[in-house]
Amino acid sequence: MKLELQGITKRFGALTANDHISLTVEPGEIHALLGENGAGKSTLMNVLYGLYQADEGDILLDDVVQRFAGPGDAMNAGIGMVHQHFMLVPVFTVAENVMLGHEETAFGGRLDLPGARAKVRAISQRFGFDVDPDAIVEELPVGVQQRVEIIKALSRDAKVLVFDEPTAVLTPQETDELMAIMRQLRDAGTAIVFITHKLREVREVADRITVIRLGTVVGEASPTASNAELASLMVGRSVELTVQKAPAEPGDVALVVDDLRVIDAIGQFVVDGVSFELRRGEILAIAGVQGNGQTELTEAILGLQPRVEGRIELDGKQIQGLSVRKVLDSGVGFVPEDRTEDGLVGEFTIAENLMLDRSQSGPFVKRGWLRLVELAEFATEKVREFDIRSQGIATPVGRLSGGNQQKVVLARELSRDLRLFVAAQPTRGIDVGSIEFVHKRIVETRDSGVPVIVVSTELDEVTALADRIAVMYRGTIVGIVPADTPRDVLGLMMAGEVPSTEDAA
Amino acid sequence: MSTPTPTTPAPAPAPAPPRDAQASRLLRDIVQSNAMVSVLAVVLALVLSGILIAATDPTVQSTSGYFFARPGDMIQAVWHSVSVAYVSIFQGSVIDFSAYGFAAGIHPLTETLNYAMPLIVAGLGVALAFRAGMFNIGGQGQILMGAAAAGWVGFSFHLPLAIHLPLAIIAGIAGGALWGFIVGFLKARTGAHEVILTIMLNYVALYLVSFMLRTPGLLQAPGSTNPQSPATLPTAILPKLLGPNFNLNVGFLLVIAATIFCSWLLNRSTLGFRFRAVGENPHAARTAGINVKNVYVWAMVLSGALVGIAGATQVLGTLTTGFSSGIDAGIGFDAITVALLGRSRPWGVFGAGILFGALKAGGYAMQAANGVPIDIVLVVQSLIVLFVAAPPLVRTIFRIRQTGSGSPRIRKASSSKTAVVTK
Amino acid sequence: MSSLTPDVAVPVAETPGLAVAKTRSWKAPIALGAFVVVSVLLFLVAGRSGDSTFRLSSATDFVKLPNAVLPTRGTDVVLTIVLAVIAVAAAYLVSQYRRVPIWLIAVFGVLFFVAFLTWAGADQSILVPGLLVGSLALSTPLIFGALGGVISERVGVVNVAIEGQLLGGAFVSAVVASVTGSLWAGLVSAMVAGALVSMILAVFSIRYLVDQVIVGVVLNVFVTGLTSFLYSEVLTSNEKLNQGLRFAQVDIPGLSSIPLIGPLFFQQNVVVYLMYVAVAVVFFGLFKTRWGLRLRAVGEHPQAADTVGIRVNATRFWNVSLAGAIAGLGGAFFTLGDLGEFQKSMTAGAGYIALAAVIFGRWDPIRATLAALLFGFASNLQNVLSAVGSPVPSEFMLMLPYVVTILAVAGLVGQSRGPAASGKPYVKS
Repeated sequence: MKLELQGITKRFGALTANDHISLTVEPGEIHALLGENGAGKSTLMNVLYGLYQADEGDILLDDVVQRFAGPGDAMNAGIGMVHQHFMLVPVFTVAENVMLGHEETAFGGRLDLPGARAKVRAISQRFGFDVDPDAIVEELPVGVQQRVEIIKALSRDAKVLVFDEPTAVLTPQETDELMAIMRQLRDAGTAIVFITHKLREVREVADRITVIRLGTVVGEASPTASNAELASLMVGRSVELTVQKAPAEPGDVALVVDDLRVIDAIGQFVVDGVSFELRRGEILAIAGVQGNGQTELTEAILGLQPRVEGRIELDGKQIQGLSVRKVLDSGVGFVPEDRTEDGLVGEFTIAENLMLDRSQSGPFVKRGWLRLVELAEFATEKVREFDIRSQGIATPVGRLSGGNQQKVVLARELSRDLRLFVAAQPTRGIDVGSIEFVHKRIVETRDSGVPVIVVSTELDEVTALADRIAVMYRGTIVGIVPADTPRDVLGLMMAGEVPSTEDAA
Repeated sequence: MSTPTPTTPAPAPAPAPPRDAQASRLLRDIVQSNAMVSVLAVVLALVLSGILIAATDPTVQSTSGYFFARPGDMIQAVWHSVSVAYVSIFQGSVIDFSAYGFAAGIHPLTETLNYAMPLIVAGLGVALAFRAGMFNIGGQGQILMGAAAAGWVGFSFHLPLAIHLPLAIIAGIAGGALWGFIVGFLKARTGAHEVILTIMLNYVALYLVSFMLRTPGLLQAPGSTNPQSPATLPTAILPKLLGPNFNLNVGFLLVIAATIFCSWLLNRSTLGFRFRAVGENPHAARTAGINVKNVYVWAMVLSGALVGIAGATQVLGTLTTGFSSGIDAGIGFDAITVALLGRSRPWGVFGAGILFGALKAGGYAMQAANGVPIDIVLVVQSLIVLFVAAPPLVRTIFRIRQTGSGSPRIRKASSSKTAVVTK
Repeated sequence: MSSLTPDVAVPVAETPGLAVAKTRSWKAPIALGAFVVVSVLLFLVAGRSGDSTFRLSSATDFVKLPNAVLPTRGTDVVLTIVLAVIAVAAAYLVSQYRRVPIWLIAVFGVLFFVAFLTWAGADQSILVPGLLVGSLALSTPLIFGALGGVISERVGVVNVAIEGQLLGGAFVSAVVASVTGSLWAGLVSAMVAGALVSMILAVFSIRYLVDQVIVGVVLNVFVTGLTSFLYSEVLTSNEKLNQGLRFAQVDIPGLSSIPLIGPLFFQQNVVVYLMYVAVAVVFFGLFKTRWGLRLRAVGEHPQAADTVGIRVNATRFWNVSLAGAIAGLGGAFFTLGDLGEFQKSMTAGAGYIALAAVIFGRWDPIRATLAALLFGFASNLQNVLSAVGSPVPSEFMLMLPYVVTILAVAGLVGQSRGPAASGKPYVKS
């Protein structure tokens, strides 16, 4: 089935997320939709899937104009979607998830579960998946969950299949497997839309590439185009990913993590025997695919994880087992991974957020009273220093852009006397200008002699900032390697393979 | 991910409005502000209740039989039944024009303040818990425990007034605080949901106090067979504020002090800062080193303590001849509506408490004068809160255009629990 | 897993899961231990002598069972030892990193009750059928209310308004039955009334995104005020509107003659039989039909349901309304099934106990029904014990459902996890 989008325009208030986007996907073709985060890819696909209604433009399937009032219409027309955040009910079985929405029923309205199981098995067999129809989805690894999503789409006879950032949660290994599946589907005649911002994957699997930026199509490219060509199309200027920084001058050992284990709510070791040392004035970047224990490692250092075993010493003092309050007081600065969830109180003003981690003692507290005058002075100063764009220090941070929100977090954390700085995904979802600012401040912090841990899933960021790189896989550190380690070696490590010549840096 | 997803549309950058547009927007903001919605909600509730009063009035019913023959009769009957009811509410709660002299004229007003007293202070307790992100439905239990403790001190000891009265009030505060502490403690330690805990503890308190009230040696009046306590001793009775002719007592000063305290606590104190941080975003608060569990415990202790004051004023001021297990008089649930109408702001709660106090005072006057059952006050009260909680509904009814886009988005953005309360 | 051919993907499922730490929770043994201590204090230290008589049949029964006469002290000593053994067994299981099975806790609970009754009934005779029949009567509205709560919460709307639905159903059914003279019309109208209360809940929480607990609480106040107002203003002056009509008892032929069980379950009125049907239908529907699958999907992951073409908010609206209709039937039991006429605030907090049953029953219709039966039993036990002159103050028996629920939500009876999206409004773009 041929899919054609003609002049799709979608606005959210003053923001135009999609501006007259047109593209065509032929059957038996993988069409990659390449663009940065926020370029409007997902909006476009949500329009295609009937989740949003386009303000202008048409969707055509085999040259017939379609009207989708909801996902049900899109599905019936033969469009299937593999969502970035899986649309699976965690407590249902695979079979129940696959049948949901178009259930067959037997006598008395009884669900035809045997039929659904057979369907899952049939599709699994066709594509070589090994999926148990009676497994509970939440107990499956993410790679398998994604296959359930694919089975779900295929069980509805999807002729057009949309993959929305499907590799974000996968290891390089699983990514390769997914590529194989996509090729197989293409060869079976399915039209595939592959949304991503990862250049390597696009070049590997796509037959045609459309690049979008700021909601408009900026060009088409063939899979033979070079990384640099694709990147400059995507970003709009030649990309400068290196960060200006002098070589590290590591001092004494400041942080010692020894045989650290973190146990999650269902008893799994999400961090399993992690040990490393960190010196003053160096940046250790922790690389790895999302969900391999990096989050839990940083939270364990801060004292946020309830069940932790092992030893964490900062400047010779044991901080494992201390409360978050005491860890902060011993000089740890922390930029959490999800700033709106863990870093900021959205309803609070900039000023209030700037004192969030100093509400018990410190310069803004006097015998149980808030010192609002001092706080206002401090906030005004920091807003200027960190170039936080807002309508004043009384603006609720929920109204700021992602970049400015992150600057508020940084301003707060860096304005204490730090003995350790931990930044998790410090540039996730923020604009290019802010990224440069954040990187600069992180390097400055290092240069002032503070040991820094940066956790990032973006290899570019890791290689740009790191003095040493630790790669995590399934809760363990696969290896700690120098910053100039080739990317393909890092990629293998992220898949759990220990490099043959491990340089213990 | 910053691309729009189905549930969280990308926030549109707000373009700076031109100058003249700003002026007109200011006007619209006033019209559409929460205060305006609150006023309209009250009007709407009164209209709907008026319809109810008219519809159940026997004269209206009989005249409706020949409505098409003589519509005037029915219109007149409707007008009569509703206006008489509402006029008697007004005269029973604000100023009685028919009374002789100024003092008698403002007597209803002091009655309003008298009824408002426990509503405000219990409302403050509920509001405080709201601001810390918790829903305290346990007002009934906390009042009962506060009243039992204050009452016991009030009738058991023979002490001078200067010691006895404060001691009794402190006992009431402690009783409520204890009941709040159980909730906060269990929530902090086990993660149990405070809504369930408070509902269940209401009944535990009810049966506990009932048991004590019928057990000689605990709370039962000596020589009595009724489940009732002895009368409060004169040294523990809150003195009348405006002389013997008015029921209003010193408790009202206590309530004003409590309001000032809450205002200070929430806006100027570090503890209140932590309460609000936890209420708005417990994850961020925890990451910032705030001990969320401690906040839950302290917020519930303070919440229970404030509600306990309401129990104390009940037995030390309103009903000093001995109390039964009905001493809470529905104040625990009324307090929730007061906190909601006051949007969990201390002075907003103060105002809301006076409004509902007026409805109560007027409601009793209306029942006495016209035979319209006092229960209509519950209807008015709950309607007001329903409308206040849903500003879009009020706007739709009054056809007010809404500025900006996506109020649902804003409401969703804040933590779901306090979405209604803290706006 | 290194060589990859384009056509055969390597099954990811073969990669092993993360290492798992052994966990154990001492909550259950501690709770059981506490009850053993209570048993020792109550039954042994404060033990009573004499004989406890359990009458297993009432005078009108078809088959008469002999009375069971137990020596009070001996029985209690034996039972206390058994309870202690169970508690030790639970502790042993936990020390071996194994779970304490739920049936063991259930057996413990039943034995404790028997021991308690034996102790309380020293030198008395307890009419067992009366105890159980009364329990069922008290449980019936709770079960209807709990079913309504289960459906509503499973679809994603917290239903604190059960009390209002019960009360609305009670009021309307009494009035409609009195006006029309038809009990069946009263029953149907109770469902309509419950559904109407639910619709307000649904509109405010789904359309206007008001916090569901707030709407629920306020609705309860509203219905209480409205029915009390109408009762005082209208019903007291027009007795014809509140005549006190009741369904007659219908014996099911055959089944009603079974000893003990027959009089308990099969000599009831229509409303109780409807309750049996409702429990079975809700259980079957929720877990075996398309309706149930969609309903649960909407309550667990509304966005996933949306992407497969299920209309989330419509599903919520209609199912919350249905939940109200079922709870409304429970309201009709108060009037048409039990007392006859409507009285002010006659539900007296039953809606909140039903809510407790929903949570104690972990959002499962069968478990919630059992929880409601337990709560009804506890309430009725108090009636029976005060009749035989119980040594335990009746208030403490009345407290039992609430204390048990507090223990349940505090996790002493196992962690409970509700529907993931319950209480969260679903907002699309």
